[in-house]
Amino acid sequence: MPVDESLAGRTFPPTEPYTVSRERILEFARATGSTYDEAAAPATFPIVVAFAAMTALMQDPSVGIALHRVVHGEQRFTYTRPVVAGDELRAVLTVDTLRRMGGADLIGTRSEIVDAEGLPVCTAFATLVHTAEQA
Amino acid sequence: MTGAAYSAGDVLPEQTYTVTRADLVRYAGASGDLNPIHWSDRVARSVGLPGVIAHGMYTQALMARALDTWAGGTGRVLELGCKFTRPVVVPDDDLGVEVVVAGTVKNVTADGVHVALTVTCHGEKVLGMPRAVLRA
Repeated sequence: MPVDESLAGRTFPPTEPYTVSRERILEFARATGSTYDEAAAPATFPIVVAFAAMTALMQDPSVGIALHRVVHGEQRFTYTRPVVAGDELRAVLTVDTLRRMGGADLIGTRSEIVDAEGLPVCTAFATLVHTAEQA
Repeated sequence: MTGAAYSAGDVLPEQTYTVTRADLVRYAGASGDLNPIHWSDRVARSVGLPGVIAHGMYTQALMARALDTWAGGTGRVLELGCKFTRPVVVPDDDLGVEVVVAGTVKNVTADGVHVALTVTCHGEKVLGMPRAVLRA
């Protein structure tokens, strides 16, 4: 089943607030051998919040995505400021683009990640590649 | 790294990182990405992979790690991105697999230091167009 054609332009509800603790940052930094100096979290740490937003998109029955057919094609972040311990983050995901290429749907998503005051922290752009069923 | 200290064409010191199955298990827990292709050979092979592969985001995190090293500290990445073009297969042994991160300064602008990277495993590129902007 292809994904819903009207998906492009749709914005999904904000994710549940995610409280960033120094322990969670340390766990993430240790897993990737990165340095944590009690200041900025590793640059890719906000994927934790973006991933929750993408999971919500993929599990939304109205969207028509089969989870096992999804591959992460591209990921990009732009930062207003680094994530720090104590942050309470939410992500609001918008589907920017939907392109069909050779039996696959390329879903271009943008997750705006904001803090407890609603101020921007970073933006996570992900392209999800959804392959069609074999005929 | 400062804009004054770096200029276009500078080659940044290559970083070599070892990735083991234990790292992937840790990363799965830390990131919440529990997809079994990153820890189960059985599931990985059932979808046509040669075996367990690293999370694409694990490899991107190694990119970020190299950028921190080059920048001389954390929190200096303004932009970071890549395409995931080839899987990094991680063997079930204690040695793991080596991922090499190389970088060149493309240019230095008011936005920051633009870096083009190359991320390889067994001599083959695993990421497409890995690039970043560091605070100047």
